[in-house]
Amino acid sequence: MTSRLTLPRRTLLKGAAAVGLTLSAPRLMAQEKITVAGLHSSPVENAWNSRMHEALVAADKAGAINYVFSEGVSATDYGRAAREYALQGVQLIVGEAYAVEAEMREIAAQYPQTMFLMGSSGGPQSPNFGTFGTWTHEAAYLCGMLSASISQTNVYGAVGAIPIPEVNMLINGFREGVNAVDPNATHLVGFIGTFFDPPKAREAGLAQIDAGADILFGERIGTADAAKERGVKAIGSLIDYTPRYPETVFSNAMWYFTPMLMAAVADTESGNGTGRNYTEYCLMKDGGNDILFVPEMVPAEAIGPMEEVRAAIKAGTFEVPIDLSEPS
Amino acid sequence: MSDLWDILMTVGLWSSVLRIATPLIFGTLGALLCERAGVLNLGIEGIMTFGAMAGWLTVFNGGDLWTGMAMAALSGAIFGLLHAGMTVTLGLSQHVTGLGITLFGSSLSYYLFRLAVPVQGTPPTIEPFAPYPIPWLSDLPFLGPTLFSQTPPTYLAIGLALTLAYLLARTPLGLAVRMTGENPHAAEAQGLDPIRIRIAAVVVGSALMGMGGAYLTLAAFNSFFPTMVQGRGWVCIALVVFSAWRPSRALLGAILFALFDAYQLRLQTIFGKAVPYQLFLMLPYVLSIVALVAMSRRVRVPQALMKPYRRGER
Repeated sequence: MTSRLTLPRRTLLKGAAAVGLTLSAPRLMAQEKITVAGLHSSPVENAWNSRMHEALVAADKAGAINYVFSEGVSATDYGRAAREYALQGVQLIVGEAYAVEAEMREIAAQYPQTMFLMGSSGGPQSPNFGTFGTWTHEAAYLCGMLSASISQTNVYGAVGAIPIPEVNMLINGFREGVNAVDPNATHLVGFIGTFFDPPKAREAGLAQIDAGADILFGERIGTADAAKERGVKAIGSLIDYTPRYPETVFSNAMWYFTPMLMAAVADTESGNGTGRNYTEYCLMKDGGNDILFVPEMVPAEAIGPMEEVRAAIKAGTFEVPIDLSEPS
Repeated sequence: MSDLWDILMTVGLWSSVLRIATPLIFGTLGALLCERAGVLNLGIEGIMTFGAMAGWLTVFNGGDLWTGMAMAALSGAIFGLLHAGMTVTLGLSQHVTGLGITLFGSSLSYYLFRLAVPVQGTPPTIEPFAPYPIPWLSDLPFLGPTLFSQTPPTYLAIGLALTLAYLLARTPLGLAVRMTGENPHAAEAQGLDPIRIRIAAVVVGSALMGMGGAYLTLAAFNSFFPTMVQGRGWVCIALVVFSAWRPSRALLGAILFALFDAYQLRLQTIFGKAVPYQLFLMLPYVLSIVALVAMSRRVRVPQALMKPYRRGER
């Protein structure tokens, strides 16, 4: 009796083909919407990655892209994960090549159909390896201007991870902004030698407060905790720290990833390739960075001059100097 | 040069020293207890990470801070049981098991954290331990604002160091632990059970490690990051050698290490770029190695350390 229930092989094959076609159909129909993979080497809560993650999630929600991601991918695993995404047919991979520059360039060359947009200290590689730096120095400059009107001691601290150009540039931008308003400013800087040690960043901040600082530029999370503890003010970098430290963080040098993402998505969709430098999309005139501040926490007379400079930056009539050297 | 000296005398420096030292004291005592019984526990880094996560998650879900500490200790103890099961009962390689537990503990804490807490811009916060100035004592000059104005876990860490020192040196229980680490055969001949003693020491030691991790998320900071232990566990392993396996010296070693660390953070504010900051960051490690060399001349390692004990075997 059971033999009647077994289907002929040919029927089975036909059935399998039909199922296969049905499954692949949505893919074909959704061709216009590309899939973007986020490849994060740290947890997506890390300030820098969180900005990219948020922009990608928002773009997914808006229906512009499909977003998939991996987080906490170690450098030794990073290439493998990138290859897997490329083999899955992901059209654009967004991530960070800092620790794996050579390997990622090789992989990009091996998968020319896949576009890459990587945070990188190197240049782009045609046709599909795009790079970017995180330039929020303009917003940091504006935060510096506001700080100068708040500080009583004229001593300004900054806690950074490691003095790489991208970190230096933010701290230097902040200082330039302070100096533009406060010619008597003294600057302190402390590097903690690692990206993920909030308790240590807090200790570094406390050390600077002990040395007289009453404004802390927090390139690292944990810095504002020191400021909060001692009742001084702090500035956030990349993300909005004000909700986390409402009485402490009066302004933030925000980074907005969306302009850059949408440029790379457009290049992917048009078939132009991403083999160029996308750093320009970080600039304030493109909406890539901006100051976000709490007006009630800043002297009213300080806001006007700052807003003037902000408008001048956006109009292109004022340029915040880019200083990649290690702050002293 | 007077600047260098002035910093050393500041209240800020010394209260910072105790804060930096606290997780190291917990961890070092834990590792020391394991090793005194003859078991090297390289799972410390993972156990501290897990303790940091477990303690934080407990408080985040509505538990109070001490329940968080207790959960961190409990989770540490469970990892200790795993380590002991592999290395004491089964007699497997202590190095390999320990490193395996470190990888397992860190990855598992990341995974559970992700399951329990949705992704957001910055990780959510809890209300951490506030400094608790001890009445009367905190009014003392210098010692008051430094030693006696810390968060409660710091007092606990110091108290534990003194307790463990007493227990190991002055009680039959301590003697049994030390004997198991020196010569388990002799311990067995005395009617003790070296296997049980080792398991208990590893479990308790690992619980202390978990509490050290929890200090990072419940007092030093108010959020959990999966990578936030940052090698503190390995520093503890080195501090055990530095301490010559004595709790009181472990306390001293942790404070010394923390002193160099707190000092370098302040030196950076004075010298800035004149001296590369990497030199300052290196300072605690370099000075610890120097101290290690100086101290270890008279060190006697527990003789049965890393030797699995099998009953009836010689």
